[in-house]
Amino acid sequence: MIKYTAAAGQSDIDAPRLVTRLKWAAVNVALLGSLISSDAATAGKADDTLNVGFRLQLQSLDPFYSPGREGLLLAFWIYDNILYRDPVTFEFKPLLATAWQQVDDKTIDLTIRQGVKFHDGSVMTADDAVYTLNFVANKANNVFNNSIFDWIERAEKTPDGKVRLYAKAPTPTALEFLAKIPIYPQKYYERVGKEGMGTEPVGTGPFRGKRGPNNTVVLTRFDDYFADSPKPKPAIKTVVYRPVPEVNTQVAELMTGALNWAYYIPEDQAAKLRGVKNLKVVNAESMRIAFISFDAIGRASPDTPLKNKKVREAISYAIDRNALAKNLIGASSRSLDSVCYPPQFGCTDDVRKFAYDVAKAKALMAEAGYPNGFDIEVLASRSRPVADAIIGYLAAIGIRGKLQFLQYPAVVEKRRSNQAALVIDDWGSSSINDTSAMVDSFFRNGPDDYTKDPAIIGALDKASKTLDVDVRKAAFKDMLQRVANEAYWLPLFTMPINYVLSADVEMPVSPDEVPEFYRARWK
Amino acid sequence: MLAFFLVRLRLAALVLFVVSLFAFGLLKLSGGDLATTLAGENATAEYVQFLRTQYGWDRPILEQYFVWLGHVLSGDLGKSFYFGGSVTTIILDRLPVTVTLGTMAVLLALSVSVPLGVIAAVRPGSWIDRLVQAFALGGQAMPTFWLSFLLILFLGINLQLFPISGAGSLAHYVMPAMALGYSAAPAFVRIVRGGMIDALAADYVRTARAKGLGTGKILFKHALKNALVPLVSVAAVQFGFMLGGSVVIETVFAMNGLGYLAWESITQSDYPVVQAIVLTVSIFYVLLTLAADLLNAYIDPRIRLR
Repeated sequence: MIKYTAAAGQSDIDAPRLVTRLKWAAVNVALLGSLISSDAATAGKADDTLNVGFRLQLQSLDPFYSPGREGLLLAFWIYDNILYRDPVTFEFKPLLATAWQQVDDKTIDLTIRQGVKFHDGSVMTADDAVYTLNFVANKANNVFNNSIFDWIERAEKTPDGKVRLYAKAPTPTALEFLAKIPIYPQKYYERVGKEGMGTEPVGTGPFRGKRGPNNTVVLTRFDDYFADSPKPKPAIKTVVYRPVPEVNTQVAELMTGALNWAYYIPEDQAAKLRGVKNLKVVNAESMRIAFISFDAIGRASPDTPLKNKKVREAISYAIDRNALAKNLIGASSRSLDSVCYPPQFGCTDDVRKFAYDVAKAKALMAEAGYPNGFDIEVLASRSRPVADAIIGYLAAIGIRGKLQFLQYPAVVEKRRSNQAALVIDDWGSSSINDTSAMVDSFFRNGPDDYTKDPAIIGALDKASKTLDVDVRKAAFKDMLQRVANEAYWLPLFTMPINYVLSADVEMPVSPDEVPEFYRARWK
Repeated sequence: MLAFFLVRLRLAALVLFVVSLFAFGLLKLSGGDLATTLAGENATAEYVQFLRTQYGWDRPILEQYFVWLGHVLSGDLGKSFYFGGSVTTIILDRLPVTVTLGTMAVLLALSVSVPLGVIAAVRPGSWIDRLVQAFALGGQAMPTFWLSFLLILFLGINLQLFPISGAGSLAHYVMPAMALGYSAAPAFVRIVRGGMIDALAADYVRTARAKGLGTGKILFKHALKNALVPLVSVAAVQFGFMLGGSVVIETVFAMNGLGYLAWESITQSDYPVVQAIVLTVSIFYVLLTLAADLLNAYIDPRIRLR
């Protein structure tokens, strides 16, 4: 019965009956929930399936048209590259080529392995290799990750069945690149094109690949994978690549066991996961290093204080790189004295060193004529805490840094349009184990060069035009020493990354950031 | 009614034109050179310039806009830099997830808000009314990403009731729909509550009571029927909002819809896809608003005369 009071605008209803009805409604909703709920964690050891989380999805399974790092990784899982670079020693090993010979400065002969099968059962031949190399060399094909391929002039088959590869110029890093170039089946690729390869890829790799639901990629062990490969036949039958963009969600999925592996987990999250029983966290170095670059020639402003060597030295003494590495980056991070990743060919730490010394930094500022400091714009794009800490260190010697925290492409654009006075930056060398990959873009008179030092440009030119190992090493040493002597850059630290794995998974990690799922196994 | 329809249609077209300008201009002003982004970290300056010329980014901006608009009007939304394929296909591929999520969220929000609004209206000012209002306030104040993580924590990790990420089954939609629905619920609760209070004070309810009708019939057959009229148009607009506003939810729950696509495309500076999403969502929003206007005008003829 409703009792209604018009004046107050209130009514009185049969409340208990209504509550009873609502209770039934709630029970029904709960029942519906239980009907549509599914087991969240079906993954793992029980069904021999390793679920791996990545931030980005793979729209194409054709690595030539799959951009970014994830696209490059496909070439390791579904395909095999021409050479294999050992992830520990960085030594080159035979993969699809059993031998390689430098014929002259611009010519390499490759002996292609016999008897290797593609996933469709066809046998890989030297013709497939020639076709693939000519395909990526052809600018009209517009393949992604262009820097890996644009050194190739053409390829041809020699009468004795080898593949002769012509480079446009002497390319000391040719083997590095060949360790990133897969061989495609010519007939299949000509028939299906990049669209077909993008959905139903055919390679020679340890896994067959196919698209799964919800933008997953399902990698299944290829049982006919050739025995002599330096990559083992996978111990785990199925690997499911799952795009999970939000790192907190990745962490939640790792905790429930729905994901068994993820990487690039930020240090604060990783620290919490270290206490979780069913997970293990591995902090391992990558080839990426952080540094500060200075406008040493006044590209951003003709009267910038950074043209003064003493100012650059002062900044170099003012920043405690060890503290930054250990407190903000991770346990495996180490501070650097030279602007290269230590294992890279040609990298040496036999250079001038700047130990943290604020008093010395202040004295240098006074000597340079800036006892009260100055204002400067600071660009950064990667880590806000690191950028804030550096701003703090600069403030301690009177430099008032105005931080502009931008997207990476915006920083590049500013740098190329003469607007980058001081940049807190980092570089991964595209995982190429050669100092040239680290420094060529920044010191060899290109659009990113803010030093334009003829001595450095000369040394890098020399290193790029010869295959002589000793000459190259000496040239890199000269160049690295000059960068340090002039304090053109301040190298900061290595940038390790956190891998999180289920406790029952064993898998090695390596500095080249290539997750080798074919080496994963259950404990 | 036809004149009213034509006026609204003209307005909608004008809004869409402004949206097209905005979609085109937004990324041009967003900072970061597209050619540099597309070329990648290690690309040479020559290659960057090659891309700039190939995509026509070195042409005057007005020319770029009209070329782009011409393609859009012919149904060609361009080609994705990141995914490589046709943007139209990518959008159509992702739309079902977002529409399903939006529909579930609206239905969930309505199924909770309507009873709560009714209960609150039956005894305005009572503790139960205050409780309902607190619920509504929570929905308005709580950021959706935070609620999403709370749901993940309690329903996903602790109770393991629902899968945390993906969109493979209906179960995958439950937590995202709860998070998205809760943000829409406050508006629904207030409308139902306000409408019900008015309706319960109306003469026809007193008449129904005098006739001796039961509580259920009075509340749900007579009063609620009238109180729900404005809710229909608000729900339509909220649905439009959800189609565009699910970026955070879809990203957090890794659902392969338009919102997640928007996040990915922005991260990768995938210029044509971002433009297409802004356009698609705006078209939905404009069409739903137009439908809501027409519905209101149909229900209440006074609106047509304004």
